[in-house]
Formats: sequence, structure tokens, C-alpha cells
Amino acid sequence: MSRTLATAKRVLQQLSHDPRSVALIVVLPSLLLLLFRYVYDGSPAVFDRVGPQMLGIFPFIIMFLVTSVTMVRERTSGTLERLLTTPLRRGELIAGYGLAFGAAALLQSLVSSAMAIWWLELDVSSPWVVVILAVTDAVLGTALGLMMSAFAATEFQAVQFMPLVVIPQLLLCGLLAPRASMPEVLERVSDVLPLSYATDAFSDLGTGATSTGSLAADLGVLVGCSAMALVGAALTLRRRTS
Amino acid sequence: MRSGRSVLSDVTFSVPTGQIVGLLGPSGCGKSTLIRAIVGAQRIGAGDVRVLGEPAGSACTRRSVGYVTQASSVYPDLTVRQNLHYFASLSGADDEATEGALDEVGLRTRADALVRDLSGGQRTRVSLAAALLGDPDVYLLDEPTVGLDPVLRRDLWKLFARLADDGRTILVSSHVMDEAGRCDRVLLMREGRIIADATPDELRRRTGQDDLEQAFLVLAEEVAA
Repeated sequence: MSRTLATAKRVLQQLSHDPRSVALIVVLPSLLLLLFRYVYDGSPAVFDRVGPQMLGIFPFIIMFLVTSVTMVRERTSGTLERLLTTPLRRGELIAGYGLAFGAAALLQSLVSSAMAIWWLELDVSSPWVVVILAVTDAVLGTALGLMMSAFAATEFQAVQFMPLVVIPQLLLCGLLAPRASMPEVLERVSDVLPLSYATDAFSDLGTGATSTGSLAADLGVLVGCSAMALVGAALTLRRRTS
Repeated sequence: MRSGRSVLSDVTFSVPTGQIVGLLGPSGCGKSTLIRAIVGAQRIGAGDVRVLGEPAGSACTRRSVGYVTQASSVYPDLTVRQNLHYFASLSGADDEATEGALDEVGLRTRADALVRDLSGGQRTRVSLAAALLGDPDVYLLDEPTVGLDPVLRRDLWKLFARLADDGRTILVSSHVMDEAGRCDRVLLMREGRIIADATPDELRRRTGQDDLEQAFLVLAEEVAA
């Protein structure tokens, strides 16, 4: 546990020496949301429908990118090889990363949710649930980023995993077209993609027309997927390489 | 095996406790691969590597081995002290150990500098200091003195000698032959094989050469012939 916390602290210290990245993590989603709001100035209904989704999708994408690049850097710089020769366990390393970026995501979500709800007057039924969902999405992005970094040999490749992993999920998650209207194959595929559940949950919040039961179920799926990806990430850390 | 290419063959040796054993040979001869195999980071095709009687890389050997890679594997975007604090917390060392290690490698004045702002030689010393923290029984040092000026090199070899006197075991690689003279025993490597395993004096006697660089050349030619 102390090694997990030490790792989380170390990752946050690294971030703190890079103020530009901190600024990007904290304010970028808010800026994009602001842009989105005024692009749809003429049709506020669109912003009310899609706005809550953006609160989840931006942190998901940003955290995926940040973590996969950070982890590839750890692999290529030789520090990962060194860490794996110390008493640090693989799960402790991954948990440390999850904790550090989860904390960054919390700050990010607080800023973007506060701006969306109080300044842009986004109509959501319960603000705190928005923050919880946004953080869960960010942790999901972190977990997938950690796992996918195992398949990237360079930072160049890691960046290109973003469109590979994120864009199909964006197209299929029900944001652009309702999932029920898709060909059956695509609907089935969307059923197993985690972002679909994030979209469902945020839609429920926006309309306020749902029972808390289905919201809790969606949240459960997201947490489960994040946990699976974190376990996957720990398993892909190879102590011995060729 | 490294990337499907056979790097080491017929390598058999042991490193006695409390000695400095030098692993010397030209670059590309397999020194780093051998050290990675001992630390447990290298997938090996065949053979048995044991550290303190346990399989290489097992949980209990990881506690007693200090590994310094050839490239300084510390975090460039942390300060020297932050790096050392992190590695100390992984091996259960305290803040006192961190300050002690700073002094051992002579980096006290740069403790709060970011590692990315340091010179190559200074980074190597940060990396070495990180290995000192857990007070390991065995040190595996891959070319720790490359790119250091003569004064620093001498100081580090004094540090290695002190560690060995305290009963620590040190395997240190180098491609600079004059460093062989500072070791208790020398393993000469060439093209993935160990061509000699002897004390520096034995090497000189066997080859009739005073200079260890010359001695290596004589031995390499004998093997080739």
C-alpha cells in the first residue's frame, strides 16, 4: 500500500514539474465545452442533449492519451525495467498510476462540471452524479491507456492508438445515432464497448427521466470495465523481456 | 536470446561474496545481456541463473539486488532528491539513507535540480545513488563509470571497494581495460563467451603482459587461433 501511494505521489510530482500539461488537463475540457456551447448557440436543445455527454467524453480521451504516453515513456526510458527489479509489485505500480491520474481527473471534472452547470447553465438533474460519472470515465480512459501502452513500442504508436480505441467507441456509443437504430451487428458491438454505458448514464442524467436503478447499473459496468483494464494492464507488464 | 538472436553461449561462472568482479569486453559482446539475465529482466533460452541461491528475479532476490542500467534509469522530470525518495520508499529505506546516498555520489549541491538539467555523468550518479538506498547485498552495475572524468571514476571505484569491504558483492561491467586492475577478479568476454576468469595478476602472468589491455588482446588472439 505504501509503495502504491509512493508511486502515485511520484507520478503527481512528475506532473507538477510540467505546468503546461497540468493546465491542459485542468482547463482543456472546460474550454472545449465552452466552444461547444456557442457553436450550438442557435439550438440550445442540442447542447442540453449532448453537453452532459461531453463532460464524460473529454476526460476519457485526454486521460487515455496522457496515460498511454506516460507509460510508454516509462517503458522506453528503462525506468520500468528498473522498477521491476525492486520489491515493487506490478499491481502496486498500476494502482499508483490509477490513483494519481484519478486524482487529476477529479480536479478536471470538478472544474468542467462546475463551469457547465453554473456558467453554461447545462440542465442536469444531479450535479454530484455528473462529477462521479466524469471521474469514472476518466479512470476508464486511464485504465485503457495503461493497458494499450503494452502494445505500443514508441510514443508515436501510443498516440495513434487514440483514434483506434476511442473513435469507434464514439461512433457506436449512441451519441451520434441511437444505438437501437444501428444494424444489429453494430448494436451488438456497441453492447460490449464501455463508452456506450457512459453515454446511457449521461443521457439519463440529462433528461432526468430514469430510475436510479439503471444509472447504478451503468456505473457498475463502467467501474467493472476499468477494473478489468487495470488488471489487464498489470498482467501485460512483463518482468522478463527478450 | 535477445530479439531472437543468440547472444550468450557456454557462460558459466560464479561471483563470490564480498568481491568486486569485473565483467570486461568490447561493446556488443553480451555484457549487458548477461547482467540483465542475472537481474531477472532477460528471458533466457536455456540455463540456470541463481542469485544468493535463489532463482534470478524472484521476489526475495529483488529485495537484495541493486541494479544500475547502462542508460541512467531515473526520472528526468523529477529532482535528484525526489527520485531518491521514490526509490527509497520502494525498498523501505528512510530519509537518512537518501541523504547518505547523496553524499556518497557527491551530488548534495545538486539535490534540488531536475535530473533533465544534469550532465550525463551526474545522471549516472543519480542512478547509482538510487541503487545504494536499499543497502542491497549484491550490486549489478552495467558500465557505471562511462563518461565520467578520472577523478569521479576514482572516487566511485573507492566507493565500490568500501562496499566490498563491508561484505557486499559487486559485479561491474566496463569496456575500459584499465578498470580491470581495480577488480578482485576479472571475467573477460568476447562474442558472448567468457574467455578468461582470473585475478588481474594471473592474467598478467599468464600472458606475460603488464598492461591488461595487451593481455586481453593476447587472450582474444589465442581464442581466435
